[in-house]
This record gives sequence, structure tokens and C-alpha cells, in this order.
Amino acid sequence: MTAVALAPAVPRPSFGSTLSGTGRLVRFMLRRDRVRLSVWTLSVVAFYAYFAVALDAMGPEALAGRALVMETPAGIVMGGPGYGIDNYTVGVAIANEGITWVVLALGIMSVLHVVRHTRAEEESSRSELVRAAPVGRHAPAVAAVITLFVVNAVIAVVSALALYGASGEAMPLADSFGLTVGSGLAAMVFGAVAVVACQITEHGRGATGIGLAAYGLALVLRSAGDIQERHGSLLSWFSPIGWAQQMRAFVDLRWWPTALSVVAILVLLVLGAFLASRRDFGGGLVATRGGRADAPASLRSPLALAWRQQRSAFGWTALGMALMWYASGTLLPEILEMGVSGAEDNEMFQAVFGGTDPAVFRDGFLSAMMLFAALACAAYAIVMSGRAKAEETAGRAEVLLALAVSRSRWFGAHLVVVGLSTVVLMAVSVYAMWAGAVQVGMDEPGLAAYTDVFWTYSVALLVYLGLAAALYAWVPRFASAVWLLLVYSFVVGMFGAVFDLPEGAEAISPLNWLPAGFGEAPETASMVGLGAVAAVLLGLALLGFRWRDLQSS
Amino acid sequence: MTATPAIEIHDLRKSFGRVQALDGLDLTVQPGEVAGFLGPNGAGKSTAIRVLLGLLRADSGTARLFGGDAWRDAVELHRRLAYVPGDVSLWPNLTGGEAIDFLGRLRGTVDKRRKADLLERFELDPTKKARTYSKGNRQKVALVAAFSMDVDLLILDEPTSGLDPLMEAVFTEYVREAAAAGTSVLLSSHILHEVEKVCDTVTIIRNGTSVESGTLDELRHLTRSNVTAVVSDDPSGVRGLAGVHNFATAPADGGTRVTFDIDNAQVGPAMSQLTALGLHSLTAAPPSLEELFMRHYGDVLPGAESADDGADDTASAAAQGTAGAR
Repeated sequence: MTAVALAPAVPRPSFGSTLSGTGRLVRFMLRRDRVRLSVWTLSVVAFYAYFAVALDAMGPEALAGRALVMETPAGIVMGGPGYGIDNYTVGVAIANEGITWVVLALGIMSVLHVVRHTRAEEESSRSELVRAAPVGRHAPAVAAVITLFVVNAVIAVVSALALYGASGEAMPLADSFGLTVGSGLAAMVFGAVAVVACQITEHGRGATGIGLAAYGLALVLRSAGDIQERHGSLLSWFSPIGWAQQMRAFVDLRWWPTALSVVAILVLLVLGAFLASRRDFGGGLVATRGGRADAPASLRSPLALAWRQQRSAFGWTALGMALMWYASGTLLPEILEMGVSGAEDNEMFQAVFGGTDPAVFRDGFLSAMMLFAALACAAYAIVMSGRAKAEETAGRAEVLLALAVSRSRWFGAHLVVVGLSTVVLMAVSVYAMWAGAVQVGMDEPGLAAYTDVFWTYSVALLVYLGLAAALYAWVPRFASAVWLLLVYSFVVGMFGAVFDLPEGAEAISPLNWLPAGFGEAPETASMVGLGAVAAVLLGLALLGFRWRDLQSS
Repeated sequence: MTATPAIEIHDLRKSFGRVQALDGLDLTVQPGEVAGFLGPNGAGKSTAIRVLLGLLRADSGTARLFGGDAWRDAVELHRRLAYVPGDVSLWPNLTGGEAIDFLGRLRGTVDKRRKADLLERFELDPTKKARTYSKGNRQKVALVAAFSMDVDLLILDEPTSGLDPLMEAVFTEYVREAAAAGTSVLLSSHILHEVEKVCDTVTIIRNGTSVESGTLDELRHLTRSNVTAVVSDDPSGVRGLAGVHNFATAPADGGTRVTFDIDNAQVGPAMSQLTALGLHSLTAAPPSLEELFMRHYGDVLPGAESADDGADDTASAAAQGTAGAR
């Protein structure tokens, strides 16, 4: 037999080792993820560089104003422990405010990377093929950690050099490295948490959830500790985010807190290996709970199903938006004060926010905030309308449409759920911001102005949903073209005044038809027009979907 | 029969871009009939079923269910049928039990007892989330949902893919039970013995057209039987008879063993000749559906002639079809 003839060709020592094949897996993972990891690297580096350049452009006075904001509780939660806050330079600001977000981004990357290459592979039984080859039990997990380390190291080095370069060498290289290496190691802690989580739960989604929850916990501990005491209390030292911040980059750099990250990573990896040896392939340490054997009485229509499928995504998005816009609302007075002084000698600011008169600037700034809120809701509408396409491609739509469910009823159910969710999200965003502003005593503009903003934006949002739905119904291959409108709306809404675009070009953006100032009375004709466009697009979508062939893989 | 056929497809054509998936397909299923729909992957079986379900719009020809137009009257017609796709995809966050209830409620009410019986017979745990089900278990969910409904027509598209032989037997039983209750069944499959076990009629489809159709007996008449006999005298004269194929001889106890295939229309002369040679023993087997199938697809199976093991050929042909078709 050929197997006998081949046997001696396999290197003997690789048998019995739980790590054999790791090197090949490392190369395979890097190759498989070359695009994905490059995008992460470029995005994080660009974030650092952009942050440095943007802060530098603000000038020292505005930075001092920014430091005041960062001393408020909301500022501490979104920023850091406040090292060097009395002499707020660009480097200090990046270290104080940036680490939380960089660790979030790199932490998400790390958790996803680990889960993707270990538990998700097991779940899809792809790794069964790999493990049937001479590849050791721990090899996939170790290879995932090694590749993660490589990526984080590359990001740290390139980012440090980018900071050093972007600041015109004003930021010391050692501190730049301290910042990026500390952040990278903190993020790897969450990757290591994911390694452990992948042993405990059978499902990739569950492991991802545990990894991200670990970040949430770290953020809470760090925030609570930093609010208790400037420069952090004992609580802050229980958080990997805190370890990166406590390195005091650009203030009084110390390296030893990285040891905490390194030790935490090693302990978690050893724990992961220990647990991995005690479980079966494909199994977890925690058995999956059984669900219900019968459907709840409410689950009896395509509408109920669409809601059931989207409700958790909707719930989390609503919670996230509520917290974010509430926090933004509480920061408004400080931001406005700082912004007005910053705008006095910055033409770009004046163009974007409408001038230096405090009231005008305030409304301009609020409008810009609402633009972000609306675009986030529009993005939600587009993503969620894509669920219909996913259902169709997976063949689940087919199962329903083979029952006594009409095309319009099925697609309409999706559109109703997405449309209502989007409008509710807009309401959550607007009123959360209002509540935050009122909380810190900012009573102007009043509730009525916010309400006007809410409903006018809601009408515009339905246009995005309508376009997404119509494209999907008529030319499903080009459904994602609706993102172009979103990006275009952002550019026009944010920088239309700067670019001095012709009237016709601006009119393409649905948001351009809304009142320019915050809380200004809308023009009836514009609103009716927008509503009509949305209605026509949604009608076309339902019509088109009735006519075309269903596609499935 | 004069009753309105459950399924009536005539000269159906459908193309996707340059690919002609259906090219003048004809298919009729009478009320209460269990019809097999045979063909390799990519022959157009699923396309035909999707047209019947109003999921695809035909380019030309007619597709009617219970006399109604499959595209225009889709929703009304669907009240009377249940469908099981070949590759069932379920909502990942619903349990199997929830999916069964949900599908049942979209048609009417769910018969709890029947659901419980089916779950027990198919040995399916309804409390697991769909994303944790194996392919076979997802298939069972769809089968339980379909068999728990009281319908006039079952459309089953390779419904047993992923099921083990025991579950296939349970499936066969339920198809028979449905047929006994007067339900019409369209069973698309490339598992031949399954079709042979339950179907009254068979339609073989290839490249989007039906190449054979009729009852199993009718089809067998068109084909060859396999004959093995032991005779005392030299049988080489048989080789030259009309309708004899694959003639072979081997020495055997008390004479010569002869095996050959013979066209069913030519059996008479061959039998006289064998008798004249001093017949010791004789077995004549009717052609299996597999042989029918292989004769129609023989030329798309490279190596089928030379290989020793027929079963392996079927498997590799199926694999090849999958790779080429999608």
C-alpha cells in the first residue's frame, strides 16, 4: 500500500507532540488573513496619525480647554486617568484619551482573530480536516496566538514610528513606543481571555461575547477607579486598559506595568492549554443549555420572526447609542465653550459649524452631532435591510415562501421591522442627547427643537432604507451601492460648506433637504417631497421583489 | 384519469444567463400518486421544483399545481402543499421545536400529538438551537414540519440527504402513510433504491428535459434483463442472437456458466436456445432502477465501463455532478 511506502517520509519527532504543524498553520493564517490584518493595521496606524495631526492643529489653548473636559466624569470614562492634564500636550492627550479606544479596537481585533481561528474553525468542522493531518492538539490555538502577537507587534512598531513622524519628531520615540506597545499588550490580554473562553463554550459567538464582555468589565473598573482618584485608585490596577495608561507615556514614562499584561497573558494561555487538554474536540467545558421545545405563542407570522431575528442586535445598538449620546449630551457645555474659543482662529471650524457667535456655533455643532447620529441610524437601516438578502441566500426565505406567505408579506415584514427599529434608534439618539444636556443644565435648545430634529431626520432615514430595499429587490447584486449614498451624504453634510459644491450636487443627499440649523422649522414642501421619495422607493422595492426570481446558493 | 393532476408541467423552459437549466420539461403527477423525479445533480430537478413553488419564474411553458398557475396563484396553492428542500437552512437562534411550530402556524394550527410522534420517530431533540444541528438533524426538522401538516401534496427535494439508513426507513414509512391517505408526492432524488421502494411512477430528467417517464414496470419493459444460466453444451451460439449484450462464459460444475443482458423484447428466442442447450439452472433478474439510470447517464460517467465496483461509480458520479453543476 502507498501509505506504508510514505510513512518514513514523515519526520518522526513530530508524532506525539501537541504542537506539531504550528509553523505551517502560522503561515496559513497569515496568508488567509493578509487582507483583513492589513486593513486593521492601516486603520489603527491611521487613527494614531490622524489623532496626532488633528490635536496638533487645535493649538495649545484649545488643548488646555480639552483638558478641562477630560477632568469631568464623562471625560474620564471616555478618556483616561489624567496624567499630565495640567500641561496638556498632543502626546499627553493621545495617551490620556486614545488608549481606551485603541485598546478597544485592538481588543476586538484580538478576540475576533482568536475565535475565528480556533473555535469558529472547530464549529464549522473545517479544523477537523486540519487536525486529521499531523497537526498537534494545541497547534491551532498556539498558531492563532503567535499570529496575533505578530500583528500586534507590527501595529505597535508602525504606530510608534507614525506618531513620531506625524508629530515632526516632537514626541519622544521611547514614549511613542511605550504608548503603542502598552496598548498592544493590553489588547492581547483580551485575546488571551478569548483563548480561555474558546475552551469553555462550544460556540464562537459565545466566546466572542465573553472576550468583549471582558473589555467592558475592564473599562468599568478603570473608569470607576479613575473617577475615585486622579491618576487612578487601586481599582484601576485591575484593568488591562489601566495598565497601558499607567505607563504614563509622554509624562513620566515607566515600563514596568507592561509586566502585568505579560504575566496576565501567560497565565491565561497556560489556563487555556490546561482546559484544552481536558475537553473533547468540538466540545466545551460548559454544556449548551437546551432551548424551548415549542415556539412561544407570539411566533406566528413573518413579522414576528423578523423581529425575533433582529431584536438582540436592535437592543444592543439602542443601548450603545443611548449611552453614547447621553454622554455626549453631558459634555456639550464644555465642548461648546472650548469650540467657540477654538473656532475664533480656525476658518475650517467656522465653515463647518457656521461661525463664532456662540448660539450659531452651538446649533451648528448640534447639527453636526445629529448628522453623525442620523448616519449611524442610516447605517443600521442598511445593515439590517441586508438581513433579507442573507435570508434569501441561505435558503430560509425559500422555506417561508413555499408556505402560504406572499412575497410582499415576507419582504414587507423585514422592512417594517427595520424601518421601525431605525426610527426608534433615531429617537433614542436624539432624546438621549437632550437628556444628557438637560442633566448638566443646558436647557437651550428645548425639547421641541429636538423633537423637530427627530421626526425630520426619521423621514430622511426612510429614504436610505427605501433605496437599500429597492436596490435589493431589483438588482440584488448591487444592493450595497446604497453605502455610496451614505458616504456622499456624510461628505456633503460635513464639508459641503467647505467644498462649495453646486446646489444640484448637494440635493442628492436626503439630509440636504432637512432644515440647516438645529431645531429650525422644516419646509413643508421639502418634507413632503422626502416622504414621497421614501414611499416610492419602498413601493418599488415591494413591487420588484414580487417579480424577480429568488436566488439561493 | 380525469381528475385534475396535482402537478402538471408542460414544455417548461428556464435559463440563467447562458445556462439552460430547463429545456422543455414535461412532468405530470396524478392525485394520490407518488412520483419519483430522478436525475444527477445539475439536471434541473431543483430548478423545476423552484418553478413549481413560484420561487422562480418560468421563461416559457406551463407549470400548474391542482390546476392553478404556480407563479400567479402561489400563495393559495401553497396552503395545500408542504416542501422539504435538499439542504435545509434554519434560523440559527430558533430551536428545532420552535422552527417546526412556526412553519406549521404559517399554514394553520400545529397538531401537538403528531409533532410529538414525529419527533420521537425521527429521534430529534427539539430543544437544541438550529445552529448546533448537524445536516441530518436540520433535514429532520424540515421533514417533521412537512409530515405534521395535513396537505394534498408533498414536494420533497432530495429529502434524505444526510439521514442515516434507519431514518431513511422511517422517512419511507411516512411517505407510504401519506400516499395511503391520498396525498400526492413528488420525490426528487438520486438515491435510486429509495425511489424504487416508494414511487409509483418515475420521471428521469437530464439536461433539463425528461428522457424517460412512466411506471416502474413500463420502464423495465423498455430495458434489459440480466440472465445467468448453466448449460451442458457449448453456448457460443447465443452470443449472436438479436438483443444479447455483454455475453460472457465461464466453466462451471456440470457445464458452462453463461451470463448476458438481453433486451426484454427478445427474451423468447434466447430462452428457447438455452433450453435446447441443456439447461441446468437459470436466473433472470429485472433491471434495477440503478441500471436504468446508468444507461441514461452512462456517457456522462467517465470510467464507468472499466471500473469494477458499480457503487463507487455512482458515488463519484454524484460528486462530479456536484462539482460541475453549481
